[in-house]
Amino acid sequence: MSDSKINMVETPEGYEGTGFFATKLDTVVGLARANSLWPLPFATSCCGIEFMATMGSHYDVARFGSERMSFSPRQADMLLVMGTIAKKMAPILRQVYEQMAEPKWVIAVGACASSGGIFDTYSVLQGIDKVIPVDVYVPGCPPRPEQILDGVMRLQDLVKSESVRRRSSPEYQELLASYNIS
Amino acid sequence: MAEELIKTTVSSEEQQIIANSTEIIPIMSDLLLPPELRYADIIKQRQNEDGSELSILNLGPTHPATHGIFQNILLMDGERIVEGEGTVGYIHRAFEKIAENRPFYQITPLTDRMNYCSSPINNMGWWMTLEKALNIEVPKRVQYLRVIIMELARIADHIICNSVLGVDTGALTGFLYVFQFREKIYEIYEEICGARLTTNMGRIGGFEREWSPAAFRKINEFLEEFPPVWEQFEKLLTRNRIFMDRTINVGPISAERAMSYGFTGPNLRATGVDYDIRVMQPYSSYEDFEFNVPVGKSGDTYDRFCVRNAEVWESISIIKQALAKMPEGPYHADVPDYYLPPKEDVYTTMEALIYHFKIVMGEIPVPVTEVYHPVEGGNGELGFYLITDGSRTPYRLHFRRPCFIYYQAFNEMVKGQMLSDAIATLSSLNVIAGELDA
Amino acid sequence: MALETSDIQNKLVDNFELIVRDFSQQHDIFSFEVDSTSILEVMQFLRDDKTLRFNFLTDVCGIHYPDAEADRQFAVVYHMHNWVDNVRIRIKCFLNGENPEIDSVTSLFLGANWQERETYDFFGIIFKGHPQLKRILNMDEMVSFPMRKEFPLEDGGRTDKDDRFFGRTTDNC
Repeated sequence: MSDSKINMVETPEGYEGTGFFATKLDTVVGLARANSLWPLPFATSCCGIEFMATMGSHYDVARFGSERMSFSPRQADMLLVMGTIAKKMAPILRQVYEQMAEPKWVIAVGACASSGGIFDTYSVLQGIDKVIPVDVYVPGCPPRPEQILDGVMRLQDLVKSESVRRRSSPEYQELLASYNIS
Repeated sequence: MAEELIKTTVSSEEQQIIANSTEIIPIMSDLLLPPELRYADIIKQRQNEDGSELSILNLGPTHPATHGIFQNILLMDGERIVEGEGTVGYIHRAFEKIAENRPFYQITPLTDRMNYCSSPINNMGWWMTLEKALNIEVPKRVQYLRVIIMELARIADHIICNSVLGVDTGALTGFLYVFQFREKIYEIYEEICGARLTTNMGRIGGFEREWSPAAFRKINEFLEEFPPVWEQFEKLLTRNRIFMDRTINVGPISAERAMSYGFTGPNLRATGVDYDIRVMQPYSSYEDFEFNVPVGKSGDTYDRFCVRNAEVWESISIIKQALAKMPEGPYHADVPDYYLPPKEDVYTTMEALIYHFKIVMGEIPVPVTEVYHPVEGGNGELGFYLITDGSRTPYRLHFRRPCFIYYQAFNEMVKGQMLSDAIATLSSLNVIAGELDA
Repeated sequence: MALETSDIQNKLVDNFELIVRDFSQQHDIFSFEVDSTSILEVMQFLRDDKTLRFNFLTDVCGIHYPDAEADRQFAVVYHMHNWVDNVRIRIKCFLNGENPEIDSVTSLFLGANWQERETYDFFGIIFKGHPQLKRILNMDEMVSFPMRKEFPLEDGGRTDKDDRFFGRTTDNC
């Protein structure tokens, strides 16, 4: 049943023949990684409840490959920071980020994680990019589940186009050094 | 900049050194130390004959079971908890300080984010506090509408608490089924105020717009579709042998200790005390409705679960009664000093323009007064203590947050129990981090 | 047989003449002031007396009045509730600005423990006899007391927000 609403995914650039398909390693690895991002839901406040709604059957983030929520940093690919991070919490966020194994990505969900949100106070960290490098920012207070899914899809685009050598490249090392992460 | 934020914690090597060293670190008072160091002392002193020793376990702040971030450092004897100490404040957003710098209508988004699972209750509580302070009488229709939305929010809160208690004891199915109905409640909120979770609903004296027919239709649909599903959820867990073994006699507390600790809400009702502000001090026409106040017996996790289940049934009944008896009338009080006039009038009449200007700029008549208004939140007595000084911002606004007050008792409730019992107790207490730290 | 505010007032004045004063009815709560040195006695009396029976401590909070006289700069406010007769009262104790100290009521009501820690954390009010008076919501290393009126709301060291765009100048923020 061919319907105009069904999206056909384009095959990546490559050379095709009978029974084989040759393409770059980066593309294949990127595809595999992008479609199996296991999140670490670092849910601190209200955005965490919207994430629970995203996890539920109505919006279902599992269709995007995030079937298993890993609460152990070692086994997670993407760190979803959802909610306000106070200065008291910042060292712990940092520790969790450092414990994650490469490759790892960070999505800042919500206004509070992106920039402090409506809480411009002495006790709130004005954005998690003060302590860890962030890949995607999802604004909103709280963002609708569709927005969170959009953020995950943008991250998937990033992951698909990422080079396999990025994590050992000098630019990446410089980025980590700017955050004092060894 | 980043290094200033990194606090040095006691590493495991240092802990070992402390535990092995013979001299005790001189301190003014034992209890002011971080718990790790205090427990390290205790471990050193209490070596068992068979060579086993107590251990320190750090539960949190990021933990799948703590729905919200708070930390508990537990002294364990194998799987049993000997003692524990909690640390909160990991999401302290200084609401009370912010409130001193915001006009009254800008404080509602702050109240939303306290108990974010049932934000309309917080919003309505705040508006009622303000109306008490400003001596405004709201029409009957507004009161009934408020009752409906507060009871819907209470249902939403208990849906989360009970289904997540199921998840923590291993039963994920219930969560997925009832969360669909939380989506339906979100749709109702969207019809009324436009937002799903942090609703910022209402204005001084009523609501910002009349509820659309779609809102009433959705509420009626919800009232038809939800009860069978909730019954199924109850059937899944309430007489389930495994669930009962996991939750009966887990985390009990006696009624006297609970009252002394300041428990209110379902946690207190589970111990047998039927204190409910909707009955004790009815606000917003709750006295017009007939409902029971379910109570438990022993204050353990199973009782808390059952009390919340029963409260959902009572809420459904209250909503039905309110819809049946809904009076006609305006959807807001006639207080032009505090309630924004309709835009057409602002653009055409001078009076409305002046009122609009004064309300937005904050030159509203505010008496100098002190008021404390409690509402029955999802977790208990949510109180707002407001001191005004005549200006457009409060002089002092203090939130009496039930979560903060009853979480103190957690370590006492889990003493001597297993670690997994502690997780189930924590879940059943319904500690919401936003309300805990404010 | 309801408990009237006049009964409460008379009982208190009979037993604690010089220590309680300034009785008033603020909306629906009867409030009065108690000397900060005798709060423990008065609260015990309120809890244990057979007619007063204020069995529940609803709330403990602090207030800072920087413009008041030196002896009344801080206030600790207790809300108590009698569940049998459904009466609420509010007790205010004023404390000195330089060293605000008051007895802790944790021995009477266990629930006051964290609430007093919160008041200490925000205002610096010392509760004598408190089992564990250390900071609870703010970071342990903090030295100042943030809810005092002179402490600013925003973190002065933040670089990503330009105060000019918020209309804040050094005089008004």
